[in-house]
Amino acid sequence: MLSIKNLHASVEDKEILKGINLDVKPGEVHAIMGPNGSGKSTLSQVLAGNEAFEVTSGEVTLNGENLLDLAIEERAREGVFLAFQYPVEIPGVSNLQFLRTAVNAMRKHRGEEEMNAAEFMKQAKEVSKQVDLDPSFLKRGVNEDFSGGEKKRNEIMQALLLQPKLAILDETDSGLDIDALQVVSNGVNALRAEDRAILMVTHYQRLLNHIVPDYVHVLAGGRIVKSGGRELALELEERGYGWLGINDEETSN
Amino acid sequence: MATTDNEVKELIKREYEHGFVTEIESDTFEPGLNEDVIRRLSEIKQEPEFMLEWRLKAYRRWLDMEEPEWAHVDFPKVDYNDISYYSAPKKKEDMPQSLDEVDPELLRTYEKLGIPLHERAKLAGVAVDAVFDSVSVATTFKEPLEKAGVIFCPISEAVHKHPELIKKYLGSVVPAGDNYFAALNSAVFSDGSFVYIPKGVRCPMELSTYFRINAANTGQFERTLIVAEEGSYVSYLEGCTAPMRDENQLHAAVVEIVVLDDAQVKYSTVQNWYPGDEHGKGGIYNFVTKRAACIGKNSKVSWTQVETGSAITWKYPSCVLRGENSVGEFYSVALTHNYQQADTGTKMIHLGKNTRSTIISKGISAGRSSNAYRGLVKFGPAADGARNFTQCDSLLIGDRCGAHTFPYIESKNKSAIVEHEATTSKVSDEQMFLCRQRGIDPEQAVSMIVNGFCKEVFKELPMEFAVEAGKLLEVSLEGSVG
Repeated sequence: MLSIKNLHASVEDKEILKGINLDVKPGEVHAIMGPNGSGKSTLSQVLAGNEAFEVTSGEVTLNGENLLDLAIEERAREGVFLAFQYPVEIPGVSNLQFLRTAVNAMRKHRGEEEMNAAEFMKQAKEVSKQVDLDPSFLKRGVNEDFSGGEKKRNEIMQALLLQPKLAILDETDSGLDIDALQVVSNGVNALRAEDRAILMVTHYQRLLNHIVPDYVHVLAGGRIVKSGGRELALELEERGYGWLGINDEETSN
Repeated sequence: MATTDNEVKELIKREYEHGFVTEIESDTFEPGLNEDVIRRLSEIKQEPEFMLEWRLKAYRRWLDMEEPEWAHVDFPKVDYNDISYYSAPKKKEDMPQSLDEVDPELLRTYEKLGIPLHERAKLAGVAVDAVFDSVSVATTFKEPLEKAGVIFCPISEAVHKHPELIKKYLGSVVPAGDNYFAALNSAVFSDGSFVYIPKGVRCPMELSTYFRINAANTGQFERTLIVAEEGSYVSYLEGCTAPMRDENQLHAAVVEIVVLDDAQVKYSTVQNWYPGDEHGKGGIYNFVTKRAACIGKNSKVSWTQVETGSAITWKYPSCVLRGENSVGEFYSVALTHNYQQADTGTKMIHLGKNTRSTIISKGISAGRSSNAYRGLVKFGPAADGARNFTQCDSLLIGDRCGAHTFPYIESKNKSAIVEHEATTSKVSDEQMFLCRQRGIDPEQAVSMIVNGFCKEVFKELPMEFAVEAGKLLEVSLEGSVG
C-alpha cells in the first residue's frame, strides 16, 4: 500500500530524513519509534505534504500513485490522514462545519453527493461517542479551548469520520493521562481494518500496550536503524536506545 | 502557504462579477458644478422652493470647506468639476406608474444582480427601492406597506408628498455643513430612499435599497432618511454595486436615522462597489456619512456593515445616544484586497443617562491593501452610568498588507465605563495545513477561516444577507492565497 524508497527531506537546507525505506501493507499497523530529533515527526509531515519541508530525493507511492506529485489536499483525498501532534485552533469555525466541509470535499472527490447537515450531524454524533466526546463539543470552534486530551480525541474522531486508507498518528499519546490514553487507543483500534494501514509515531512504548503493532521500526538520525516485531518495542523499553548505538537522554535512564 | 504561481494567477483573473455596463439611454449633465447645475437639478425634480434654498445653502457652505485629509488613505485629488452630477435613464414618457412600465433593460440589470424587482419573485418579504445612477427606478411592495402606514418611497417623491416630514427631519442628524462630503451631498443629492414608520408599527417586512452606479464619470450622491416614531421597528438593508471602469468614481452618500422613544432601527449594509483591478486601477471612492440620532428614551440603533468593495472607503456609521437608556451598536466586517484602502469605524456619542454602546469590528486585509479601524467613543457630562464595549480584531492574509487601529476615547463623565479589546492575528500556515490535510481546497479554507473570524458580525445580519455576505467574502478573497 505505502511504499517509501530512499526518502530524503530537509527543512531550511538542513537534512532531516536521510534515506528512509519502508513498506506498509493494507491492514498492518507499523510503529515508528525513536528519540527526539530523530525525524519521526518530519516523516509524518512529509508524507502529508507539509510545504515547509523539501523532499530532495526518493519516492513515495500510495497504491502505486506517486504521492510527492500531489498537493496536500489531493493526498488527503487519496486517503492520507494525519492526526496532528499539536492540533491548531480555528476560532469561530464550528467543529461540525469544519468536519462536514472536510467530509464533503472527500465525497465530491469520489463523485458522491454531499451530505446534508442533518445526515452529517447524526453520523458525527455517533462517531463522537466512540471517542467519548460529548456531542455538544461539535458546536464549539475547531480545537478552540479544547484540553490536550480533547484535541487528541478530536483528531481520532476525524480519522473515524474520514475513513482514510493510510492513517498517520503523530505522537497521539503525548500529554495523555492513562484514562484518556485508553479512550484514544480504543478509537485507534476501531480504526484498524483490513484495507487500512496505520503508521504510528511515538516516543514511548506504553501506547503499544494498547495498540499492538505488527511491526516496530526505530528511527535515528534520519534513517531506520532497526526493524522488528512487537518484541522490539519491549526491548527498547527495557534497554533504552543506547544498545542500538543511539544517544537519547529521555529514555536511556 | 504557497500555492503555485499559475494557480494564483488563474484565481486572480476571476473578475468582479457585477462589473457589467447596462446599455441604456441616459440624460446626463455635462461635468461640472456650480449654482446653475444645482438649479437645473432641482428643476428636473420639480422641487419646492425650500429644497432649492437648502441645496444652495449647502453648496455655499461646501465652497468654503476643505477636503479632509486625516483619514489613513492615499489617493490623487478629486477634480469636482470633472464629475457629472446627474445621470438618469431616459424615461420612455412619464414616470412609470407600476413595475410593468419600468424599462425592461433596467429590470434585467437588477435580475442580473440578483435583485428581482418583480413582486412575485423569490425575494418575497423584502420590499426593494432600486436606485440607478441618480434616480430611483422602482419601489416594490408599496401597497402592503401603505396599509401598515409605512412610507417607503424615493426621497424625491417624499419631497413632494411629505414636505412637512422632509422639512422637519432632513439635515436634522447630519446638517448640511457637517463635513465636506455631507455638504456636497446636501447640495447635489439626486435620490435615495425615505422611510417613515408610524407610532407603534412594526414594519411588516424588511426594507431594502439597492444602489447601482452605471453611467461613466458620474458621481452618485444618494440620501437616505429613516424616521422611526415611538415604539416602532424596522429592519433596513442596503446593497451596492457598480460596473468595472478604469476611472475612479465618486460616491458620497448621506444616511440619517431618527429614532424616537422605544423605537428600534436595524440598518444592514453589504457594500460591494467596484474595488478596482488587481493593480489598483479604477474603483469607487466611497465617502459616506451615516448617522443615527437616538432621540427617544430606550431607543436603539444597530449598524451592521459588510464592506468588501470600493477602492477607498471612508465611512463611520455613528450613533448619537441622546435618549435615556438608548443603545447603539456597530458590527462591522471590512475586507480589503489588492490595493484597496479602508478607513472605517464608528462614533458613539453618549449624551443621555445609562446609554450603552457596543462596537465589534473585524478588519481583514489581503494583498497590498490597507485597512484601518477608526472609532470615537465620547461621553458627555450628563451621561451618568453610560458604558461602551469595543472589540477590534484584525486578520492579516499574507505579509504585504496593513492593519491599523485608531481608537479615540473622550469622557466628561466620571461614572462612564469603557472596555476596549483589540487583537491582530494571521491566517496561519498551520491552520491552512490542517484544513488542506482534511481535503479542503486552499481557497475554501481561507474563506472558512475568515468566515469564522467574522462570525460575531454575521450573526447580526438578517438571514438572506448573512448568506450573501458569506459568499461575497469568498469571491472577494479569491486570489488571496499565495
